[in-house]
Amino acid sequence: MAELQFREALRDAMTEEMVRDENVFLMGEEVAEYDGAYKVSQGMLDQFGPKRVIDTPISENGFSGMGIGAAMMGLRPIVEFMTWNFTFVAFDQIISNAAKMRYMSGGQLKVPIVFRGGNGAAGQLAATHNNSTEAFYTNVPGLKVIAPSNPDDAKGLLKSAIRDDDPVLFMESEVMFGMKGEVSDEEDYLLPIGKARIAREGDDITLVAHSKSYWLAMEAAEELAKQGYEATVIDPRTLRPFDTEAVIDSVKQTNRLVIVDECSPYGGIASEVAFRIQSQCFDHLDAPIARVTAKDTPAPYAKNLIEAWMPTVDEVIDASKKALYVN
Amino acid sequence: MAIAVEMPKMSDTMEEGVLVAWLAEEGDAVSAGDVVAQVETDKATMDLEVYDDGVLLKKVVADGASVPIGGLIAVLGKEGEDVSDILAKYDGAGGDGAAAEAPSAEAASAEPAAPSGDGADAPQPVPTPADDGGRIKASPLARRMAQEGGLDIAALRGSGPDGRVVKRDVEAALQGTAPAAPAPAQAPAERAPDRAPRPTPTPVAPRPAVEGETYEAIPITQMRKTIARRLAESKFTAPHFYLTREIDMARAVEVRKQLNATAEAQGLGKVSFNDLVTKACAVALRQHPNVNASYLEAEGEIRRHHVVNVAVAVAVDEGLLTPVIRDADRKGLAQIAEETKALAGKARDKTIQPADWEGSTFTTSNLGMFGIEEFTAIINPPNACILAIGAIRDVPVVQDGEVVAGKRMKVTLSCDHRVVDGATGAQFLQDVVRYLEEPMNLLL
Repeated sequence: MAELQFREALRDAMTEEMVRDENVFLMGEEVAEYDGAYKVSQGMLDQFGPKRVIDTPISENGFSGMGIGAAMMGLRPIVEFMTWNFTFVAFDQIISNAAKMRYMSGGQLKVPIVFRGGNGAAGQLAATHNNSTEAFYTNVPGLKVIAPSNPDDAKGLLKSAIRDDDPVLFMESEVMFGMKGEVSDEEDYLLPIGKARIAREGDDITLVAHSKSYWLAMEAAEELAKQGYEATVIDPRTLRPFDTEAVIDSVKQTNRLVIVDECSPYGGIASEVAFRIQSQCFDHLDAPIARVTAKDTPAPYAKNLIEAWMPTVDEVIDASKKALYVN
Repeated sequence: MAIAVEMPKMSDTMEEGVLVAWLAEEGDAVSAGDVVAQVETDKATMDLEVYDDGVLLKKVVADGASVPIGGLIAVLGKEGEDVSDILAKYDGAGGDGAAAEAPSAEAASAEPAAPSGDGADAPQPVPTPADDGGRIKASPLARRMAQEGGLDIAALRGSGPDGRVVKRDVEAALQGTAPAAPAPAQAPAERAPDRAPRPTPTPVAPRPAVEGETYEAIPITQMRKTIARRLAESKFTAPHFYLTREIDMARAVEVRKQLNATAEAQGLGKVSFNDLVTKACAVALRQHPNVNASYLEAEGEIRRHHVVNVAVAVAVDEGLLTPVIRDADRKGLAQIAEETKALAGKARDKTIQPADWEGSTFTTSNLGMFGIEEFTAIINPPNACILAIGAIRDVPVVQDGEVVAGKRMKVTLSCDHRVVDGATGAQFLQDVVRYLEEPMNLLL
């Protein structure tokens, strides 16, 4: 095991795959000469040269489409977005082309592409740069969406994403790039797409949370443990396809579920998970399923407001205790 | 396997029934065909029979409760058998059940049950609020656990929000440390219903007149509800028109005298004028299939009936009933008289059965005994026509240029214009008149 930053784990994954397969290449804004806006691709231009590490203009729709075209022709592009906030201008390429080409060509074409970058709120960035975009994209059949919470999962899942023959949207976090964690040094470390990780086991309540929210859930679980309630924490890691079975198995033990998710509440990831569990696990529920999400407004700029707008540990604890019928 | 006893459909027009009285107690052994309760339908008070052998495990509704068709009334089964499955199955699907007896004021002021043991963490039980009609609130898990553990969830006190029964309540009950539940006999009755109480006919006495009050409120009975619904339906959907004829009843009066003299000699009952009209209508109906018919919009057809079943409106305390003389065209006057008398008696003492009033193809209504000269009646659906019969009056009539004493009766035929046209109705009426003015024709 090696302790790596999140960005290093991502870089290792890309580097390993580019060494392994010459069809893999990276492009995006400032990924080459500047070593990446968040230094994820540091040193990769030197290692692979400008044919495989390509700086693009500020034109998300353009270079997304270029990547999709390259993928259709047999290459395996990794397209870096500085953040997922900027994918809204590339929405059409991702949804109308990447997601649908294989279906509409009757399987004659495939689009083995990875779109990756920072997702979600990252502090005082105000309304337009604090979007959690998971729910927009998980809503689209034909896309796979991955949002890991730690360097180890990031490496194993990004390698699997690059090898996957379908478009994979890989969502990182600007505030987690510097996070350190143990990463497997297993050669060719691959983690399965669509498989959740049980991070903590407890009999009293199930918490489901991905990406940054996972850390909120873990903190809340520790606090609940001090109060005598043991939580199971599940990191789904992949949001589409979603590992519903893992959550069902846990809820059958605990009979209560809280989902933590930075998306806006309306039609968010938590909504979908809650739907699946109530429909498939109804007779095991002892309390209504609860969720803790961002507040239902555009993200505010002021520090105190953005802090109140984001899901908090206290909210997770409160929701959990309500589901536990204790107060 | 416990067996549910549901509110049966006791008549074509019944939508709900009031459980007037229980005739069996919980714990009683009953056999198929035993009468366990009396049910007031829109028409009559009828016996509720069970179709299986077993023990009456639970009376789900209390006396006076109104239950829709298919609603749970009672549970039969083996001695000691668990009934919670069936109760859970019907929960939320029943009528207002015993709501009439749900003591909302008492429930609201009920003391929470004594805390169990000394469990410091055990939350205080919250009494079930009475304001939602007593529906049982329980988590899906608690329901399943109670079912599997053979517990009646209605008998558990919930510790969750708004008295929701949750896992820990069922666990406590399974371990025998449950918070005191309401007395078992009452519990289901108090909690089973899912609707707010509403007045039911029998148990609610009219409020005594209080000085200053300008009216007296009387609950609407099942029968009045049915009368209201069916007659409104008839008047609003069937376009009525009316044909009136005056009938010379002189010969009918003579014939009836002779008939009754003969009947008396043979120990038979008397034949009334109404019986003569019934017979005359029946014979005429046989000749006018367009009148002995029904306009059935839903079925998309006009049905010409092969049988001639004449219903006779009978006034009873609460309203009116229309028992049927079946195959009246093929029955003699003595038999018609006897059946009519018997059915009217059953209608008045509320022992009439659905078979007695169902299946009419034509109806008559007679207000002659009240001195009514003529009136119009509302068609009894799905009949095509109804005949309103007035009083036989002594009137001066001109005969051969001279004014003499005559006996005249007016009848008015109400016709459903969707199936009977003016000429059709008039021709039918002409034959009815012919039979009554010359009753010997009835014998031909």
